[in-house]
Amino acid sequence: MPASVGWVWLVVLLPLAGFVANGALSLLRPEAKRAVSAIGVGVLVLSFLIAVGVVGGVATAAPHSPYVLTYWQWMPAGGLEIDLAFQVDQLSAVMLMVVTGVSMVIHIFSVGYMGDDPGYARYFAYLNLFVFFMLVLVLGANFPVMFVGWEGVGLCSYLLIGFWFENNAFADAGKKAFIMNRIGDFGFLIAMFMIFHAVGSLSFVEVFEAAPGTFEVGGTTITLITLALFLGCAGKSAQIPLYTWLPDAMAGPTPVSALIHAATMVTAGVYLVARTNVLFAIAPVSSFVVAAVGAATALFAATIALKQWDIKKVLAYSTVSQLGYMFMGVGVGAYAAGMFHLTTHAFFKALLFLGSGSVIHALHHAYHATHRHEDAQDMRNMGGLRRAMPWTTGFMWVATLAIAGVPLFSGFFSKDEILAMTFVRGHDAGAFYVLWMVGVVAALLTAFYMTRMMLYTFHGPNRTGEQERGHLREAPWVMTGPLLVLAVGSVFAGLLNLPAILPGSGWLHHWLEPVTEGSAAYLPDLHLGSDTEWMLLGLATVVAAAGILGAWNFLKPAQLKPAREAPVETGIQRVLLRKWYVDEIYDWLVVRPVMWMSDRAFWKVMDVKVIDGAFVNGSATVARALGWVGSRFQTGSVGVYLFLFVMGVLILMRAVIR
Amino acid sequence: MLLGPSLGVSAILFSLGVAGVLLRRNAIVIFMCIELMLNAVNLSFVALAQQLGREGQVIVFFVMAVAAAEAAVGLAIMIAIYRHKSSVNVKEINLLRG
Repeated sequence: MPASVGWVWLVVLLPLAGFVANGALSLLRPEAKRAVSAIGVGVLVLSFLIAVGVVGGVATAAPHSPYVLTYWQWMPAGGLEIDLAFQVDQLSAVMLMVVTGVSMVIHIFSVGYMGDDPGYARYFAYLNLFVFFMLVLVLGANFPVMFVGWEGVGLCSYLLIGFWFENNAFADAGKKAFIMNRIGDFGFLIAMFMIFHAVGSLSFVEVFEAAPGTFEVGGTTITLITLALFLGCAGKSAQIPLYTWLPDAMAGPTPVSALIHAATMVTAGVYLVARTNVLFAIAPVSSFVVAAVGAATALFAATIALKQWDIKKVLAYSTVSQLGYMFMGVGVGAYAAGMFHLTTHAFFKALLFLGSGSVIHALHHAYHATHRHEDAQDMRNMGGLRRAMPWTTGFMWVATLAIAGVPLFSGFFSKDEILAMTFVRGHDAGAFYVLWMVGVVAALLTAFYMTRMMLYTFHGPNRTGEQERGHLREAPWVMTGPLLVLAVGSVFAGLLNLPAILPGSGWLHHWLEPVTEGSAAYLPDLHLGSDTEWMLLGLATVVAAAGILGAWNFLKPAQLKPAREAPVETGIQRVLLRKWYVDEIYDWLVVRPVMWMSDRAFWKVMDVKVIDGAFVNGSATVARALGWVGSRFQTGSVGVYLFLFVMGVLILMRAVIR
Repeated sequence: MLLGPSLGVSAILFSLGVAGVLLRRNAIVIFMCIELMLNAVNLSFVALAQQLGREGQVIVFFVMAVAAAEAAVGLAIMIAIYRHKSSVNVKEINLLRG
């Protein structure tokens, strides 16, 4: 094992130390913002540098099997032995880079974005804690350690969504995220129990080694295990049917949306599927479910994003949609492609969110300066911002071109690879062609709604307001600097895994081979001819161009009215604006029945009648009745007592003497 | 010896004591009846000790000691009740009625 890999514990522990220090500062000296920034950003920079060393060690050694670093025995219980152990291999190395790198950039951005917030220290404490748990998640060498990180990031997500908890709606959004994630975690737990029951171990290395001999291909057990795992992924990674929490999670500060709800935490589900690729490969039905749900989510979320006015909601649905692509990738067995899209998406989506944060920041300050209360996130209040914010506009366009899949940008290669792999699978199962088509349509919509967002935000006339216009400013360098870094990543991350027809292709694919080779035996050969590949690349280009040009020509930002004066939407537009009424449907199908049951059955019958009535008051009534019977003997009359006493003695004597 | 008549007297005294306890209303009389029962028992102890050994006579001393203590406590209670209610009629003492 290379020496640098042994330092991986420091990568994890530094953010935890940052959390402790910033947590203490937030309680004792919340006004010490310089110290908070230094600690909060410092630990991340150090952590990132050490992570680079760790990944460098992995790269030079190129180990065939993962390095497992066991620190101590955590839960010894009978046949169950769980160690606190980290696993460093090619897959966790990729995640290590994405998590520490993007986190570092977003921490720096937060210094500018959150600078005026009174909860600055608390914010950085939570953000550091999140990075700690995320690293535990990606480094855990067994399911329970991973689950600790899994739950921990959920907790931090909840804390940061409800960061401005004085606002009731924001606090509710946090609760919604937490509860939706519990449903998924239930699946994760069930899967863990079933794996332990079947294999007798929960360590990744042992489970994946034993899996081919333990489970039969397509068997019921493995299918149930993987479906339960996928339920966990659907919760964490916001897939149908558990995706509704993610758009609401935009209530949190924008850098949080960028870090947790776009680049890192929500991709944990994709990581989990890629990590357990052996199990999913043995269960083709589950894999197909993963791919189908991913494709459906990609399209469904994209349609909603078409008509959102809140800039962060557009990006939120876009994230859900892109996560759908990743699941499509890992579902068809192209685990490297899924991880590839995860990596490129981390760059361009973090960039989009931070850019939108920069815009919101500018509008917020403008409205603050004129004491007007308008929605700083509504695109109808934006428009023409390119004149005031040239840097942000440029970087946002880079990210938009990347996510839309314009050739040579990173998103083009990653999205195309997923679609190509899905297309290849269509050769042996026609259903994959359907998924592929759904993916292509979703790609068209992606290009369209992203261009729409850019048009309405940065182009056309400005709708912010006469007085406010002069107050619109470009963000400070501490915010635009991170945008630049992410923009570079958004452009060049595609080089990680170029298509097979280009020179130097498939680097990430080869890098991940030691991790995915266990599943390769169960999957058809995912190779496609260069003609097909050129055709698919051409099609992807046409789709991206059609989406962008369509939006450019079809949409008229000049005719848009500010949010206050905007007309009410009708017909299909209204349906899309209201997100296909899914929240309302869930409300009718789940929330209201549960509330009704809680009110009528659990409270008014079970609690009031049974618990309070039968058990609490009932036992009191019985005791009182028995007491009343007993008290009839207590006449207080000495004569009666003496009489009973003598009678008792006589009866006893009669019994004894006989 | 006079065992039979002695036990007979003892039984009569004891029965009188029981009857007095059950029938009388005056607490002091009830109290005296209890003493009567104790002494009836003492008599039978002494009578039987003639045949069965000296332990019976030793027990009598214990009984007398206990009876003295009981008399002291009992009479003290009686006085306290009398001060409170100006009566020692047990029909009127029913503070502990449930």
